[in-house]
Amino acid sequence: MGVKTPNGFKLDGAGKRVVVDPLTRIEGHLRVEVNLDSDNVIRNAVSSGTMWRGIETILRGRDPRDAWAFTERICGVCTGTHALTSVRAVENALGITIPENANSIRNIMQLCLQVHDHLVHFYHLHALDWVDVVSALKADPKATSRLAQSISSWPLSSPGYFKDLQIRLTKFFDSGQLGPFKNAYWGHPAYKLAPESNLMAVAHYLEALDFQKEIVKIHAVYGGKNPHPNWLVGGVPCAINVDGTGAVGAINMERLNLVSSIIDRSIEFVEKVYLPDVAAIGSVYKDWLHGGGLSAKSVMSYGDIPETANDYSAANLKLPRGVILDGNLNEVLPIDHGDSEQIQEFVAHSWYKYPDESSGLHPWDGVTEPNFQLGANFKGAKTDIRELDEGGKYSWIKAPRWRGNAVEVGPLARYIIGYAQGKAEFADPTDRLLKTLDLPVTALFSTLGRTAARALECQWAAHQMRYFQEKLVAHIKAGDTSTANTTKWKPESWPREAKGYGFTEAPRGALGHWIKVKDTKIDNYQCVVPTTWNGSPRDPKGNIGAFEAALIDTPMADPERPLEILRTIHSFDPCLACSTHVMSPDGQEMASVKVR
Amino acid sequence: MLAPESAKRILVLGIGNILWADEAFGVRVVEEFHRRYTVPDNVMILDGGTQGLYLVSFLEEADYLIVFDAIDYGLQPGHLKLLRDDEVPRFTAAKKMSLHQTGFQEVLSAADLLGRCPRELALIGCQPMDLEDWGGPLTDPVRAQIAPAIELACELLVQWGAPARLRTTWLSASERLLANDIDHANYEMRARPI
Repeated sequence: MGVKTPNGFKLDGAGKRVVVDPLTRIEGHLRVEVNLDSDNVIRNAVSSGTMWRGIETILRGRDPRDAWAFTERICGVCTGTHALTSVRAVENALGITIPENANSIRNIMQLCLQVHDHLVHFYHLHALDWVDVVSALKADPKATSRLAQSISSWPLSSPGYFKDLQIRLTKFFDSGQLGPFKNAYWGHPAYKLAPESNLMAVAHYLEALDFQKEIVKIHAVYGGKNPHPNWLVGGVPCAINVDGTGAVGAINMERLNLVSSIIDRSIEFVEKVYLPDVAAIGSVYKDWLHGGGLSAKSVMSYGDIPETANDYSAANLKLPRGVILDGNLNEVLPIDHGDSEQIQEFVAHSWYKYPDESSGLHPWDGVTEPNFQLGANFKGAKTDIRELDEGGKYSWIKAPRWRGNAVEVGPLARYIIGYAQGKAEFADPTDRLLKTLDLPVTALFSTLGRTAARALECQWAAHQMRYFQEKLVAHIKAGDTSTANTTKWKPESWPREAKGYGFTEAPRGALGHWIKVKDTKIDNYQCVVPTTWNGSPRDPKGNIGAFEAALIDTPMADPERPLEILRTIHSFDPCLACSTHVMSPDGQEMASVKVR
Repeated sequence: MLAPESAKRILVLGIGNILWADEAFGVRVVEEFHRRYTVPDNVMILDGGTQGLYLVSFLEEADYLIVFDAIDYGLQPGHLKLLRDDEVPRFTAAKKMSLHQTGFQEVLSAADLLGRCPRELALIGCQPMDLEDWGGPLTDPVRAQIAPAIELACELLVQWGAPARLRTTWLSASERLLANDIDHANYEMRARPI
């Protein structure tokens, strides 16, 4: 027995069910349930998020100029990108333009986040899906050194360097501490790297941990402070005073030079460490091309990084903008965020209530009214769900659709669209990497393709930071020090009612905020975040979301240890509501696995 | 050799998500501490929010660390607990679903791994009552622990030779740790159902 979904996936829920569920008492997590056939191949997938329930209740009645400060708190990883989207939404609603310097600085902030996030995602979340740390203990440091030197000119590559690291690692393991390496599936048959590759990757894991701190110093320069940089409707809050030496907060030559040097080091790290690692890992896993899911069919990118200020049209955005449907790479369809027929959210399978759940709502008209009820065939108790029923409501994530289509968003979507548009800056590096790995372009439609696109984009973003930094410095040298437009700062200058939207390409995909302003206060505010697109449940027609689609047809070596599921879900860099995770004496186990 | 008292770098850090009811505890304590007290130059007060690995750089610059956070020790809601040094749990897990699960225990573990964890560490934790009320205020038992938590921190700062002093002048809105309507009073004005 099987079901064919409208978006082209064959589902069969007959076989045994594997439930992967993070165990914490706080909301904000992702649960995945899959059904396996007799060969342990995934034939049905269900993704359920317990994401935040909408920010409109918190923002209604507040000053639109403060909305960024609230949205910045939604998440500790996506701070800046929510703030940027928010100020853009308010500017769009109120017809506020920003100066060129503000556009350059915002682009640098956003690109900085891309570089930081991609790097941290790869080394601190995703790499351990491919790298077996325990195996690194068996590596020969000399052979590791030869390997490292054969793929990169990165200087930290001597036999002594790797030997020292191995001694440190052994100490960690012997102390029973394991640090970040606790609680993984070491020794799993899906790990394929040689001990030397594993040791090299662990070295770079630690180097990346150290280096990532440098990258975000850019946010402290342009945002005035870190970890919660300041933003401003109408521009950026930092003043420019090139001759100044000590003025608190003002941008002077010393600070511009600091940013410049961080950009140079970021480019170097990405090109000499991150990219070679991804290519090396890709070469070993290149026959593991599962996890493509929706990417071969329908992808979407809002576009971002405006070349010049205030023009958010596809032609002016450096990151691609548009939608590809049904795998038709010959046509990139245009997006209109204000068209109520295009972006809509559905709740037929989500724990919310709409007056008519067969239709979707555009975010301007969005409502977030909780309605927790389980499908008739769920197993367990309401407070302890053993198995969800995907026939009913099963997720706190709504199902956003573009003209009724489920789409994948994120770096891979952006690269596929850029590739389809024939943009050399996206197509050429992609072709080069595919050639190195001796893979056809269709190999992009995979978990590994997602991982590779993120690495390529990290390099692209690092170079774009350099581009906008130079543009900013040139403007300043030409005497333009304007960073904010305050002509419409006062609420008296606003219309009685207004609505607008703002969008960005967050590291993990398309992010949009929609706002309605009435009598100078926020009347409605809706965020549709990347993980709402990718992690969405089924819609009323039965289309499955990107996480679900990506898991279909993946074989599992050992259902009790679902490394393959983590690998594919991690490749999306999922964003869930952030809390700091209340400290508990024995820590929190991050995932439980039940096979039934 | 111990550094001279004045060279000790001390970090007073509050962490948590202000949008999640009692998850806000750590941030609200550090906000109130900053509102009431001034500290010597070698002490830094930081609202860490829900930041994960971003915080590693602040940790490795500190010799002494005080952290305010919500804790889950199965205690009565509003129970305050002081944990010192090795009592503070630190660990990380590779099986997490998302980077957004990078908790503070993982930040500590990362600083450890880099060999740069603060020499002395104190966690001032409070058992929450409600962590699920998105957009909600601190619950009463947890709010009641803000002042005692600040007192505990003041005692530690005295022991570390860097006592905090009560402010003699009122802090203006722009000087506060949290601004733009997310400070405790303004945030909670609309956080209760009308």
